[in-house]
Amino acid sequence: MATTETLSRRSAGNAGGEASTPPPAPTRRKRRRPSTGQLAAWGFLAPLIVYLLVFYAYPLYRNIELSLHDYTVRSFVQGGAAFVGFDNYVSVFTDPTFGPALLHTALFTVISIIFQFSIGMGLAVFFHQHFKLSATLRALFLVPWLLPLIVSASTWAWMLNSESGIVNSVIEGLGGQQVNWLTSPQWALTSVIIANIWIGIPFNLVILYSGLQNIPNDLYEAAALDGANGWQKFWRITFPLLRPVSAITILLGLIYTLKVFDIIWIMTRGGPADSSTTLATWSYQMAFGTALPDFSPAAAVGNVLIIIALIFGFLYIAAQRRQEKNS
Amino acid sequence: MTKKHMRGMAAVIVAAATAATLAGCATGGTTSSSSTSAAGGTYTFWDPYPQFDATSAWAKRIDSCGTEAGVTIERTGYDTTDLTNKALLAGQQGSSPDLLLVDNPVVSTLADAGILNTTKDLGLDTSAFEANILAAGQINGDTFGVPIGANTLALYYNKSVLSAAGVDIASVKDWSSLTDALTKVAAAGKKGITFSAIGTEEGSFQFLPWFWGSGAKLTELNSTAGVDALTLWTDWVKNGLAPNSVLNNTQTTTWQEFLTGEYAFGENGTWQLQSVKDSGIDYGILTIPAKTGGPAPAPTGGEFLTIPVQSDTARYGTSVKIANCLTSTAALVDTDNTLSYVAPTKEAQAAQVAKTPDLQPWVDAVASAKGRTSDNLGTKYPLISEQLWGAVQQSLSGSQTPQAAADQAQSAAATATK
Repeated sequence: MATTETLSRRSAGNAGGEASTPPPAPTRRKRRRPSTGQLAAWGFLAPLIVYLLVFYAYPLYRNIELSLHDYTVRSFVQGGAAFVGFDNYVSVFTDPTFGPALLHTALFTVISIIFQFSIGMGLAVFFHQHFKLSATLRALFLVPWLLPLIVSASTWAWMLNSESGIVNSVIEGLGGQQVNWLTSPQWALTSVIIANIWIGIPFNLVILYSGLQNIPNDLYEAAALDGANGWQKFWRITFPLLRPVSAITILLGLIYTLKVFDIIWIMTRGGPADSSTTLATWSYQMAFGTALPDFSPAAAVGNVLIIIALIFGFLYIAAQRRQEKNS
Repeated sequence: MTKKHMRGMAAVIVAAATAATLAGCATGGTTSSSSTSAAGGTYTFWDPYPQFDATSAWAKRIDSCGTEAGVTIERTGYDTTDLTNKALLAGQQGSSPDLLLVDNPVVSTLADAGILNTTKDLGLDTSAFEANILAAGQINGDTFGVPIGANTLALYYNKSVLSAAGVDIASVKDWSSLTDALTKVAAAGKKGITFSAIGTEEGSFQFLPWFWGSGAKLTELNSTAGVDALTLWTDWVKNGLAPNSVLNNTQTTTWQEFLTGEYAFGENGTWQLQSVKDSGIDYGILTIPAKTGGPAPAPTGGEFLTIPVQSDTARYGTSVKIANCLTSTAALVDTDNTLSYVAPTKEAQAAQVAKTPDLQPWVDAVASAKGRTSDNLGTKYPLISEQLWGAVQQSLSGSQTPQAAADQAQSAAATATK
């Protein structure tokens, strides 16, 4: 919430070129017994605070608590799990699955975002031309976003099926060899990345498109008068002015993609043989994938994911501060 | 009071009410279950059959058993995997249902969590049930529930595909004759066999008849026999006798492959019997052969009726009455016909076969079947199974040789079950 507000203020400031002045410091009233006004303020605040505590603070606390104890099914139900400190983290980090899972998470996230962002950007610029049918076409591009994930992931799984999938029948029709998209260790990760890129394009398209609309047209007109071609207009005007919007798009994309679970689980179950396992699917696999839930290491992996997302969040805030200082 | 103040007061009241409602939610569950005494009242029943609604024969059977015991039964159907987690959470919160129907490998997990009562403590008679089926619910000599039915795996075969390829089904007696048959089918331009080798419990479930049929034991995944079973499946996939999609097949998708009519064999369970009849495929059923012939022990599937621990022990009497009602011969025959399961008692099996003679091969298959958590593996089974399906995935996908995959799985399983 806060980031989008500062963002819109910033982009407005950039585009309009007006200097933002800090709001005047509120004059403080003398302290006395709380007025009904203050009580009412707390009254309004209370539901929100209760909501935050119950639905955000407590689950987070519980997840940390789970990861620092050795929970078996018995101690999960009966209580009395032994405190083991960071043992679960150590065992997770030394697990042979951790390295590949981390690598797959990184590949999955980075490749997904590069393609989602560049394709989304290309389409946004394309649709910004306002040609006939552009609104209809743009609406069609939103379909992946509107479909329930179970539908799109299952459809991808069918299309990529080794024996009867449409993708292989096209490849074989063109004289190629059957590709085991979902069932060979070389291809499984690629397949889920392709599906995830397809699902992520609309999000990038919509945000970048709305960012484009904030760029005043006179800049392009001025550039056209100076004889700039389309390529120059994009790199000299569109791209720099879209920087703040791009930053938030990429950050949000990063956080969404880090925790993607459903697409991978539905398409490959993280397999074959862990070849498409990410930290998110690994965590789920440990907690709910077998008849004997292993909650503590699963929670530890979940917390590692939260920390990775947090780091990127802080990096974003730091970058934004620096930008604000410079401008 | 000014209007503004009144609004402020209203907000405080709303906030207070919200807090009160939240508190009410937290205690609601326990008060309602403990305030009802042994006679009369509402009993809760959870099962993994969300497909049956209140008008189904199954729901009506439960209702009538409740009426017979003088109580109302409130039934909730959950998705199978969801039910395990729900049951654990309910156990933690002290709000377990009075009766809980769960998939048999979960019984040992819930028993280990201390959620379930033993049949001995409850005075629930288990003598009528077939020993090999009941074994899935037994740990260290204690029985934690009664089966309401069993299912297992066998090979469905497509007679027209086999005759077109010139295969006589009577010649299929062991692994080598089965592989010969598959090779002939593939040479005739059809597809050999489909099964599910997915990286979940389903994959292990489908692999076990071959694993056990080779003489391997779950405590030693990398024995020669275990590697032989893994090699059998790997070679089928490598030589195109089984499709590559088996690696990603659930038991439902492998069944869809068989229903295309392109496949000579499909490994699947009792529960598909109605579906194959409806499909119009000229089918037959073959017990999965062991490596050197004879029937291989297939794993038993099916659910157990359990009675979770309650704070109010006076409720057990009625719960046992309901359990007895649901496992009476008439009820078992009805339920197992609905579910397309094999009944867990001799008497009910005889009644089933009398009505549906097709079931005879399944009754035989169940008789030689074996619980996955049997051999006193209990909660070790899920840990071993995870490594077993991992080895199947490693080997079939070609990431590792069968031997290397089995070695890795065995060392991981040994560490996990230590």
